[in-house]
Amino acid sequence: MSTLTQQDTFQGLFAAAPENFLSIRTLGKESFLSQGLPAVKAEEYKFTNLSKKLENAIKSFSPALSFEITDSQVKSALFDGFEGDVLVFVNGLFLPELSSSIEGIEVAKLSEKPEAALGSIAKASKDPFAALNQASFADGIFISVPKKANIEKPILLLSFNKENVGQVIQPRIWIEVGDFAEVTFLDQSISLNDSSYFINKVVEIKGGVNSQINYYRLQNESKNTIEVSNIETDIQKDAKFTSVNISLSGDMVRNNLSLNLLGSNSEGNMFGVYLLNGKTHVDNHTNVDHTIPHAESNELYKGILADQSRGVFNGKIFVRQDAQKTNAFQQNNNILLSEDAIVNTKPQLEIWADDVKCSHGCTVGQLDEEALFYLQARGIDKTSAKGLLLYAFAGEVLEKIEEESFRNHVVNLIQERLGSKF
Amino acid sequence: MLSIKNLHASIEGNEILRGINLEVKAGEVHAIMGPNGSGKSTLASVLAGREEYEVTEGEVIFQGKDLLELAPEDRAREGVFLAFQYPVEIPGVSSTNFLRTALNQVREYRGLEPLDAVKFLSLMKEKMALVEIDQKLLSRSLNEGFSGGEKKRNEIFQMAMLEPTLSILDETDSGLDIDALRIVSNGVNKLKSDKTATIVVTHYQRLLDYIVPDYVHVLYKGRIVKSGTKELALELEEKGYDWIKEEVDSAATV
Ligand SMILES: Nc1ncnc2c1ncn2[C@@H]1O[C@H](COP(=O)(O)OP(=O)(O)OP(=O)(O)O)[C@@H](O)[C@H]1O
Ligand SMILES: [Mg+2]
Repeated sequence: MSTLTQQDTFQGLFAAAPENFLSIRTLGKESFLSQGLPAVKAEEYKFTNLSKKLENAIKSFSPALSFEITDSQVKSALFDGFEGDVLVFVNGLFLPELSSSIEGIEVAKLSEKPEAALGSIAKASKDPFAALNQASFADGIFISVPKKANIEKPILLLSFNKENVGQVIQPRIWIEVGDFAEVTFLDQSISLNDSSYFINKVVEIKGGVNSQINYYRLQNESKNTIEVSNIETDIQKDAKFTSVNISLSGDMVRNNLSLNLLGSNSEGNMFGVYLLNGKTHVDNHTNVDHTIPHAESNELYKGILADQSRGVFNGKIFVRQDAQKTNAFQQNNNILLSEDAIVNTKPQLEIWADDVKCSHGCTVGQLDEEALFYLQARGIDKTSAKGLLLYAFAGEVLEKIEEESFRNHVVNLIQERLGSKF
Repeated sequence: MLSIKNLHASIEGNEILRGINLEVKAGEVHAIMGPNGSGKSTLASVLAGREEYEVTEGEVIFQGKDLLELAPEDRAREGVFLAFQYPVEIPGVSSTNFLRTALNQVREYRGLEPLDAVKFLSLMKEKMALVEIDQKLLSRSLNEGFSGGEKKRNEIFQMAMLEPTLSILDETDSGLDIDALRIVSNGVNKLKSDKTATIVVTHYQRLLDYIVPDYVHVLYKGRIVKSGTKELALELEEKGYDWIKEEVDSAATV
């Protein structure tokens, strides 16, 4: 972007944007142009220099187009033990033909739902990438779970991505969950080639009163994936929302996760594991906004970093003046396996109410050598012993995944990565 | 079975072991006593393969093999077992999963089939009875929140599971109440045979009433300065270490 103005750089995306959601797109574009891509010193992106990364890696800022995919490709992409419904995306575009029709749930392309209040939860003004998506997403999905529906089987949002023609993939997902409804989403993407592409994803979730929503995400794409996501949820009275985010791969990944606790007795949970190697860079920026009294938030992120990988954690807890009796917990623990790995971790607490329980802590350490020796002294080889210890470290987060097949899948991937047989 | 010759070891540049010589034959029990800080645990750790210690001189031959050449896990697989003075707490690692991994890796090394879940559980039950350890303890994370005595008992339970040839018990008696001491000692005695050997590190005669040593050695300033039979332990109990320290220290100044 050094030689091009940002307007020029992204002109291809703006020009290709469809003629719908016009006022929303205009707002997004204006917001993007006024914010611009984050500058090198921008506080919110200071450890994660996406501008430079994009400049170096992305040759064509035009939308990656849809491509053919077969039913058998979809089937073989499903992990062992998965039982549920699948919604298929290619380069961010929803493909109803290959997707399940899910009983009791309304699913449509966003282009068929002009009434969707896009940008009302994940606001363009808060983040330039959210703004860029809002201005120029090609199409997306609208999912509505009606009141009182109890969707027992998980819904898998399965994305196939590959660089073709252009390199920018902009998924746009709108989910609304009615009062008293329960649903679990699994979010997983698969890279079909190794070339660099840029995913700029926005997910907005509108939870109803007393709803229970789980959003479990696995990030295990190619080593060349550059990804930014903005996932934001409104949580109403008596409702519970739980996010578990597992990051295992990618080039540079930035996850913005924001929970807005809008009704009393609501609960927001944010859990994550990042297990990184090579030069993978993963940045989890989370934000929980306690706007009302008597709500609770829990956060636990654990990082294991090998080689020259880098992890960034920034956890913001915002407790507004009215939000008395808030309980907010936050913890981030990291293990560095190499001298070249880096972690930047920072709690960011802004508390305006006086009667709150709030705790936070972060640690960065190495593998416990004494524990390692103890295991070896019992005959366990070093790799397995390390694996056992690291797996135990991550396990506290993994057990938050209530959907068993998905948990097993993640556990298998992690054990495989840790190279241990146990 | 074990032959230690002129073993010198240091940590962070400080020489802790300064020429240890010790011969242990199959069927024997050796007690190692000595004042705090004399190097008893260091010797045990060096034998088990703790990498922080640097062996600067000497050799250790175990059943014809150069023990110092082997990785800690291979020493365990060859049959060396160290019951730690301070067993480590390992949150998140289940005792059962840990033991099964350990046992099956040891078995694999020894050319044996891995035990399936059923056989493993029945072996656990058998060995649990031997040291009278509570099932509840083993359903928790490894040593996590265990009392001092429970940790020691768990060490002997692991020993029973792994069936070592050479067991090194580092102050396994400290932290045990009278009943536990008897139970644990009985366990150790039942695991003894004419093919195995035991090195017990202790400060107290009371353990040696149960696990009767063939030889007693006194370690002081990184050397074995006196060896004798079980009577030596009684003498130490009575007179303390001062007379030995004096003997050694005056000899050194001459
Ligand atoms: N990292 C280290 N740097 C320097 N000295 C050390 C280090 N670790 C241990 N030591 C010293 O080595 C000496 C021997 O310690 P060791 O634990 O072997 O003694 P011990 O005979 O087992 O004592 P105790 O009866 O108290 O268990 C002690 O003086 C101890 O302080
Ligand atoms: Mg000691």
